Amino acid sequence: PHTGPVESKNEAAMSELVPEPRQKPVVPMKPMGINANLLGYIGIDTIIEQMRKKTMKTGFDFNIMVVGQSGLGKSTLVNTLFKSQVSRKSSGWNREEKIPKTVEIKAIGHVIEEGGVKMKLTVIDTPGFGDQINNENCWEPIEKYINEQYEKFLKEEVNIARKKRIPDTRVHCCLYFISPTGHSLRPLDLEFMKHLSKVVNIIPVIAKADTMTLEEKTEFKQRVRKELEVNGIEFYPQKEFDEDLEDKTENDKIRQESMPFAVVGSDKEYQVNGKRVLGRKTPWGIIEVENLTHCEFALLRDFVIRTHLQDLKEVTHNIHYETYRAKRLNDNGGLPPMTVETEENHESNL
Amino acid sequence: YIQLLFSCQFSDSAGYVGFANLPNQVHRKSVKKGFEFTLMVVGESGLGKSTLINSLFLTDLYPERYIPGAAEKIERTVQIEASTVEIEERGVKLRLTVVDTPGYGDAINSQDCFKTIIQYIDNQFERYLHDESGLNRRHIIDNRVHCCFYFISPFGHGLKPLDVEFMKALHGKVNIVPVIAKADTLTLKERERLKRRVLDEISEHGIRIYQLPDADSDEDEEFKEQTRVLKASFTPNIPFAVIGSNQLIEVKGKKIRGRLYPWGVVEVENPEHNDFLKLRTMLVTHMQDLQEVTQDLHYENFRSERLKRTGK
Repeated sequence: PHTGPVESKNEAAMSELVPEPRQKPVVPMKPMGINANLLGYIGIDTIIEQMRKKTMKTGFDFNIMVVGQSGLGKSTLVNTLFKSQVSRKSSGWNREEKIPKTVEIKAIGHVIEEGGVKMKLTVIDTPGFGDQINNENCWEPIEKYINEQYEKFLKEEVNIARKKRIPDTRVHCCLYFISPTGHSLRPLDLEFMKHLSKVVNIIPVIAKADTMTLEEKTEFKQRVRKELEVNGIEFYPQKEFDEDLEDKTENDKIRQESMPFAVVGSDKEYQVNGKRVLGRKTPWGIIEVENLTHCEFALLRDFVIRTHLQDLKEVTHNIHYETYRAKRLNDNGGLPPMTVETEENHESNL
Repeated sequence: YIQLLFSCQFSDSAGYVGFANLPNQVHRKSVKKGFEFTLMVVGESGLGKSTLINSLFLTDLYPERYIPGAAEKIERTVQIEASTVEIEERGVKLRLTVVDTPGYGDAINSQDCFKTIIQYIDNQFERYLHDESGLNRRHIIDNRVHCCFYFISPFGHGLKPLDVEFMKALHGKVNIVPVIAKADTLTLKERERLKRRVLDEISEHGIRIYQLPDADSDEDEEFKEQTRVLKASFTPNIPFAVIGSNQLIEVKGKKIRGRLYPWGVVEVENPEHNDFLKLRTMLVTHMQDLQEVTQDLHYENFRSERLKRTGK
């Protein structure tokens, strides 16, 4: 097939620009540098507005998993995070309810809306984790679930007639609940995080932090951070994915000072200084969940929801999912998994 | 799924979670990344394509242009020439690639002249498909053509046979925006007549040109109204009748782009003189949609055809 001739003066520049050994492109692509001759306004910045409208329109999926022994307040915390009953508390006080023999994976979805933004939130609970006498390999069903979501996405992506917006059930964030023993991490904590930090974004949180004084809290956090570092556990935000200096500075502070977040959750409101606040009432005072001097819940909330929500999704998609995909392709000899165009998959694109 | 709706104010009020901030997070990442856009221009020589592109983006993409004579043109076949420019405006970076197609329609026998163009478009799809299926997908470059301005001569009575053939061959591969060039050769009445004729012929031949998007049924009323207004402000002008100019002329104390005639000055950015501003506004406010349609419609069609053929 005939292709047009390439202008020779651009060829040299082209080979500088393209480091990978690949078939030479048909056309020279040399950027002409920042244009300094703008004598007017074109309107390119409206692209931002268009993108914003588009994201508002399509809405967001967010899938958050909670892992930790029963009774650590996982469901309460998630409900507090999203200010609604998105997770059903296990009635742990009811002796009739059995502890599951193996780890179960329970995903419940909700559509919540705020300020015109619609979010399809899915909370994935993992009852049974760490509750048995013998907890060996109890992270396996969790790892399996996470990989199954990657597989689902991959299958849809390689489909011949694939959906315009592939439904995203991949786990974007995994909150791992550390018991506030005040001593150190438990072997199970280390094992879980070692295995799973390679496949999902893990955010460790210290649960029921109202059992520790400020000094105990600071010491415990330091010890936990040290242990995580010594064991090579990369929790989110991972150092190697900081995009630029701005990110690195912001994330360093979070990694080295704030995390793991010592949190308290509550779905009950009390009156404090004329305001309704979420809290826990004790004879010695009311613990205000959103009060930064009481606990770090607000930090966790701002971190996960207000500043890093999009980044959690992007790291999941660009890093964890791609790692899974690359492994699958390699295992399959460089080919995508076979797909068959079934009736239910076929959608007209016109 | 259970639907929970909150009416909330934008502050740390009791019910506020904060994920309404998500579009801002996306915004920040988009601005950091910048945008890429590829625009192709097709039309016979001398219709003012290069001048129009320079006017649209206030650049000088073709500084030392060599214009070949007729004898040379006989030997030439259609070429594909791409130039990339980085434009920054109010903190937003756009990497614009303009793909020019000199030689189109020049030959005495122009039978095959759009085959090269089709090949170029397909090659970009092919390359993207290859990259998308590969192992290292972190930095895929998108060179797919997002929009094609097709220049119609103002000197005829409507579409020429070549125009019809080209658009029929390409409307399934790229977003076509028809443009009537050198509109200053026509009076307003002649312009209207030509536009109507072109639209009739487009519809007669079943040619699918780029349509501005309609609002989806499930959107809120305010957004639907905005979309309707946007669509209504551009659709009656299609095809856009435009004039371009590389020259600055002083009019009423201001320097503006225009063409100086003995009988008056044609101002490029004067909406009463031509549709240039409409074309530019339409383009920049629909860059996102043009990319989306390229990805979701043209590319997906190419991809499914390709995959069906190779049985992979």
